[in-house]
This record gives sequence, structure tokens and C-alpha cells, in this order.
Amino acid sequence: MNVLEVKNVSKRFGNLVAVRDVSLTVKKGELRAVIGPNGAGKTTFFNLISGFFPPSAGTVIFEDMDVTDLSAQKRVVLGMARTFQITEIFPELSVYENVRIGAESAAGFRLRPWLSAVEKSEIRNLVDETLALCGLTDKAGRLVGELAHGHQRATEIAMALTLRPRLLLLDEPTSGMGDQETYEITQLVRRLHRDSNFTIVLIEHDMRVVFHLADFITVLDQGALLAEGTPKEIEANPAVQAAYLGKAA
Amino acid sequence: MIKGRTSRLLVLAAIWAALIAAPYWMPLFGGYTALGSRVLVLALGAMSVNFLLGFTGTLSFGHAAWFGLGAYGAGFCLKWFALSSPLGLLAGTLLGGIAGTLLGALLVRRRGVYFAMVTIAFGQVFYYIAFQWSSVTGGDDGLRGFSRQPLHLGFTTIDLLNNADAFYYFVLVCFAAAVGLMGFILRSPFGRTMIAIRENERRARFLGIPVELHIWIAFSLSCFFMAFAGALYAELNNFADPRVLHYALSGDFVIMAVMGGMRTFWGPLLGAIVFVVLQDYLSSVTVNWMSFIGILIVLIVLFFPRGILGLIRQRSAA
Ligand SMILES: Nc1ncnc2c1ncn2[C@@H]1O[C@H](COP(=O)(O)OP(=O)(O)OP(=O)(O)O)[C@@H](O)[C@H]1O
Ligand SMILES: [Mg+2]
Repeated sequence: MNVLEVKNVSKRFGNLVAVRDVSLTVKKGELRAVIGPNGAGKTTFFNLISGFFPPSAGTVIFEDMDVTDLSAQKRVVLGMARTFQITEIFPELSVYENVRIGAESAAGFRLRPWLSAVEKSEIRNLVDETLALCGLTDKAGRLVGELAHGHQRATEIAMALTLRPRLLLLDEPTSGMGDQETYEITQLVRRLHRDSNFTIVLIEHDMRVVFHLADFITVLDQGALLAEGTPKEIEANPAVQAAYLGKAA
Repeated sequence: MIKGRTSRLLVLAAIWAALIAAPYWMPLFGGYTALGSRVLVLALGAMSVNFLLGFTGTLSFGHAAWFGLGAYGAGFCLKWFALSSPLGLLAGTLLGGIAGTLLGALLVRRRGVYFAMVTIAFGQVFYYIAFQWSSVTGGDDGLRGFSRQPLHLGFTTIDLLNNADAFYYFVLVCFAAAVGLMGFILRSPFGRTMIAIRENERRARFLGIPVELHIWIAFSLSCFFMAFAGALYAELNNFADPRVLHYALSGDFVIMAVMGGMRTFWGPLLGAIVFVVLQDYLSSVTVNWMSFIGILIVLIVLFFPRGILGLIRQRSAA
């Protein structure tokens, strides 16, 4: 089954075509990496998928439903969650509270004036489980704004996970991290994929991470689709080497 | 955890004890009971503004509109429809709250300065209506000819009009009910979505929270609280005039909230105490009292951007 089908989407900003006629199909349980040089249009492509803004052309289909005209918030409710290249969290709240807001929203409690004891313990369990999965249990009481960058990113991922998404979009989860933090986040994404069977689309700059994790890779360059294939195929692709790997190496 | 909780309970107990005992200790400092009632009413207004400002991150600069509608609503009810203080409060709360809810629907897509500007505009519209439509509102002279009524409790009747202490406790009970409800809402799942929106609107949206709807609900609740405060204000003064709708009063509420500490629940109460007491004292000494309050605000904002209570908290945490 296809979780995501993006068909020929484009996005113009004035004269600039940031995304040009890109298509992408992601199967259930797949981990897809999207790579490309700076300014290739990767984040813009994510914004089109997640409904941050509408495409200039093309359609986005999520689990056989055309969501092109739906707001970002509605797409989240349908089961699409994302993180951002620049971490988006609730800085003055604790890690626990950050994650709880996601859990309550996902449970449909967001308008509720109170919760029953059973509902409260459901939420608490979900939050505790998610924190454990993301290695944040011992940070639960800390203000997230005071944590190290890596733990802030992990919190953002944890918030996305409480939504129990059937598609998880991660925009450069390891950006700006040292080796140890990169390793931890990579292990987390791997667990989410291998053990918890999440369907994930991941934008990533770090090639070690990409080749380590991805089932399939999509390469964007100057807004257009340059290549698509398994890590081995992409590694061997001369056009990709010329446009991207050559420069990065 | 436990320690934080006990100290919070102690602070709460201290606040309520001070408020309950106010008619007994205020005279020692040259205060009088009616001043206490005034502090409570304006503090409720400031806390209502802060419900939106401090916890949803949305600044309304026209909240006097709902306060004023609450005052006029109570006045109309007492003057023409029903001689009952509680019904007056109900009428004022409904008038201001419903008007705020309806007009709030037009506001929710505006942000920041634009939101504030439109709220000022709404406030001024009501101000000019009250000013011009003198056959109903009494115009510039204000709405007169009503007064708060004795409270019938079945087993006894309390004279709110002539017994200043009795009225103070009536206001305190109303204040406690409103503030208790506010605190309850802020601790609910809905309240947490308000704080989420304040902290990061984009993240809130991408957690599946329809931000506009939640801002609208928070705004409407704040308008009902505000109108309730306004209705109390009319019963406090037995009078309402167009100034209760003016943006100058909206500004006063924002000042009380910011001065006391807008990220704190009780900050606006502290801000209102400082504001009202200083106003009462300084205005008997000098006609330029507003410039002294102005200087104080500048100092607080410059040196204690988190307000008086924010400062106290920081000190006690360190
Ligand atoms: N909201 C916007 N308005 C105008 N131009 C934009 C907007 N968002 C992105 N762009 C432009 O579109 C192009 C693609 O940007 P995008 O952020 O999608 O690239 P990216 O592949 O994510 O790059 P990076 O690797 O640096 O994150 C860039 O030239 C950028 O300046
Ligand atoms: Mg990007």
C-alpha cells in the first residue's frame, strides 16, 4: 500500500521555481531519504507534503485521499506528522508538558475542560512510553529550552510520535549536531523504522546517516528530481555524483 | 516536586487570607473597604486581559469594550428590568461576553499589532455609541438611576448598598469564583493548548490544534470574564459612563498585567493593587499622578521585564 503519492508538484516564489514537477511514492513501512545540495528545494517539498503552503501545481495523496487542498492541521489529524529543520518546540515548558500537549491533541482531548482518571492515565502512559522510546525519561521535568540541542530535537520527534503518525516527515533531524548526538538520533530513527514500523521520509545532509538508514533515496537538485533509487544505485549514479556527492566529498 | 507544591499552596493560602482579612488590615494602612472592592474588580479585569495576553500570547488593546458592555448591561438590567444584583451581573456578563464572542470571530486571523489595532477599533465603536446614544445610555453624563440591590439568600438578606464590608465580601466571592474558573481552565487540556499557542503557534498547528478556533474560544472566555468584571464595576459605582469603554481603560488593564507579571497567574492582581492604590494616593496629592505611574511602568519594564511577581519568583528560585 502507498502511504504517500506526490504527483508532479511545483512551487513558485515569484520568479523562483523552488520545486519543479516532482513526484514521489512512499510505501508503507518504507524509510525514504530526500537529499540534495543547499537550496535544492527539499524543505519546500516537505512544506508542500505537510500543507505548510499549497503547491502551485500538482497533487498530494495521503493514504488514497487527495489532501492537496487540506490545511496542515487537518493533515496532522489524518496522520501526517513532521519536524522542522529549525526545531519547533514549546521552549518554556518541560519536556513532559511538550509531549503531553501532543498526546492530548492526538487523543482528541484538546477542547476538554477536564479528563477522567482513566483518560489521564492513558495520556501519562503514552507520554512515558514515548519519552522512553526517545531516551528522554530522565529529562522529563526539565524545561526544554534549557536542554542541549540534541535533546530538543529528540523532544520534537517525541511530540510528533505522540500523534501516532502513519507518515513521519523529519527535516534534517541531525543538523547542527556533534558526532555523539548524530549517532543517538540516527539510532532513534532506526528504531522507529525497524522496530516500530513507522513510515518515514527524512531530509538529511549527513551521507553516513542517509546510506545507513534509507531504503530508498530521492535526489533533488535545483528544485527538480535528479535521481531516485536504492542507496547503491544512487551512490553509483554519475549525475548524482556530479551534482552532489562530488561537491560534498 | 512536593516542595514546589507545598510552597505554592502556602502562597495561595497567604493570598486568600490577605484578601479575606482585607477590611480589617487595610484601615491600618490608611485604606478603606471600597478601595479594596475597587482593587478586586479591576484586578479581575486585568486577570481577564492576561488570560489572553499571558496564556495565549494575544494582546487585546480594546478589552475595555467588553468590560464597559458588562457595566452597561448590569446598569440596564438594574434600571429597567430586574432589581437584583446577581441578575445585573448575569445580564452584563452575557451582553459583553456574547458581543465579544461574535466580534472575536472577525479577529482570529489577525496577529500581533493588527490584532491589537482591530480590538482598539471595536472598543472605540462602543465608546462612541455610548457617548452619542444618550436617550438610552445617558451619553456623556453616564447611566444613572440604578443601584445595587440587597442580596436575598432565603434565610437572610444582606444589605450590599450601605454595608461596605458586605459588598466587599460579595465582590470577593464573585472574584474567587471567576478566578477559580480561570485557573481551572488553564490547567485543563484546553488551557494547555492556549499555552502551546503562546509558546509556538506553528508547533501547535502541526500537533493538530486548529489555532484560530482555539484563539477564538480563549478570546471569548476572556470577554465573558471581562464583562463579569465590568458588571461588578457598575454595581460598585452604581453608575456607568462611556469611559468604561475607552481604550485608555484598556491600556490600564494591560499596564496592570504587565506591571504585575503577565506570565504569572497572580501577577495582574499585584499589578492592580499597585496601580489602584498609587492612583488613589497620588491623585489626592497631584493632578499629574499619571506621569508618576508612567515612570514606574517604564522602570518596571526596563529593569524587571517579567513584572513584579516575575521578579519575586526569580529571587525565590535563586
Ligand atoms: N517562503 C519562501 N519564499 C521565497 N523563497 C523561498 C521560500 N522558501 C524557500 N525559498 C527558496 O526556495 C529555494 C529552496 O529552498 P529550500 O529551503 O526548500 O531548500 P533546501 O533544499 O531545504 O535547502 P537546505 O539544504 O539549505 O535546507 C531556496 O532558493 C529558497 O531561498
Ligand atoms: Mg531545508
